[in-house]
Amino acid sequence: MTAQKPKLAMYWAASCGGCEIALANIHEAILEVDAHFDFMFCPCLLDTKKKDIEALPDGAIFLTLFNGALRTEENLEMARLLRRKSQLLVAFGSCAATGGIPSLANQHGIEHVLETAFLNAPGLDNPERLIPGESCTVPDGELSLPPFLQRVLALHDAVAADYSMPGCPPEPEQILAVVRHVASGAPLPPTGSLLGCSARAVCDECPREKRNRLAPRLLRPFEAVPADDWCLLEQGFACLGTSTRGGCQALCPATAMPCTGCYGPLDRDSDPGATALSTLAAALDPGSAPGQDEGSLHAGLRAALAGVPDPLGTFYRYTLAETVLADRATEVEP
Amino acid sequence: MSCQTTAQAAELPKVNESGAGEKNPKVVAFLCNWCSYAGADKAGASQLPVPQELSVIRVMCSGRLEPTLILEAIQKGADGVMVLACHPGDCHYKEGNLRAFCRAELLERMLPQLGVDPRRFSFDYVSAAEAEKFSRITTEFVERVRSLG
Repeated sequence: MTAQKPKLAMYWAASCGGCEIALANIHEAILEVDAHFDFMFCPCLLDTKKKDIEALPDGAIFLTLFNGALRTEENLEMARLLRRKSQLLVAFGSCAATGGIPSLANQHGIEHVLETAFLNAPGLDNPERLIPGESCTVPDGELSLPPFLQRVLALHDAVAADYSMPGCPPEPEQILAVVRHVASGAPLPPTGSLLGCSARAVCDECPREKRNRLAPRLLRPFEAVPADDWCLLEQGFACLGTSTRGGCQALCPATAMPCTGCYGPLDRDSDPGATALSTLAAALDPGSAPGQDEGSLHAGLRAALAGVPDPLGTFYRYTLAETVLADRATEVEP
Repeated sequence: MSCQTTAQAAELPKVNESGAGEKNPKVVAFLCNWCSYAGADKAGASQLPVPQELSVIRVMCSGRLEPTLILEAIQKGADGVMVLACHPGDCHYKEGNLRAFCRAELLERMLPQLGVDPRRFSFDYVSAAEAEKFSRITTEFVERVRSLG
């Protein structure tokens, strides 16, 4: 009955499940998806198993939406399997596209990550100080867990992805538009393109007014109540709309939440965090130097920049897997 | 060039004497066209010592320097990166140097988070007249980077 319909798969690797919820958020249009595709693999929603995918001939799946970053060997194995079985592999969501939140773990070594998660995080109750190992013997036999990769990877770091669809998560309207486009049989954009997003910045879609002013200092969200209708960045809030790709209809800034950059950098050729840093610093009024000695000038500018207490977490929130320094051995712990 | 070869050859053992097999650091220095580059030029004309480990890149303004270029320099093997700007108030473009300071300040705080020792980065001011300062801070910076290994 469904044999003629092209197969659609969705997989989660190191992911939170938000991408699946975003798909479910297309609501009744999911019937449209069902009309055009044989939605046959999605561990979050369907009962198909890995062995069912392995049994398929190569290229049998028409479209795979792969969400989540690659944290473990299992994630990597599934990425390779789905690459083989899919005609079109889409890095779906920020984690698959650029590493996302899971890749923030790359600022620490694996030991630090495990110790934090299982020993040191507040609220833990682990008196025996157990950390899950890769194998464990129980009365029924030996159990194994997939080992961690040295660092969290984006999908395209491990396998060739045909397209990326950014967003944390991608907006349901954009998902539907992409699915409809693919279902229509219309020509697809060149491999490597970004799908479901804009070529312009979030600011382009933001309803807030720009008044061509520079912020006197950067503010943390709790420090002030933003004025309605006025650009958050000009008010000093660390909004990354200027360096972030649009496509979300500026959901966050429209509701007074500064953009955190989930649709990824506008400039795909530069370091994502460095670009975000550069554009945010440019929003600050550097003042004028005359009459000020160097020390007080520096102190003033440092105080004005104190509104960004965690530069890496601010500028690389969804993109740390993509930093140009990703392969460099760590010489200092933050 | 040929007339300098003897002098450089005579100095070479000095560079390596602190440790056998120790590699010479590579330091990239981004110099603003209007002040720092002129300062470096004056240092050369005044025959002040400038470390041979320094690779100078002239940019029109320190404020033009994308932080990506600093990270890429480190990624491609630079052991240290300097950004030298006009003194506050002297910027040819009024405030480019202060914008550069803001970027440098955020970058310096972010480098340890990226696993890079922040001592590998330096932002400073050198005017067109400060040949001596250029010679001094570049020498000190190269020594600092050398000590980091």
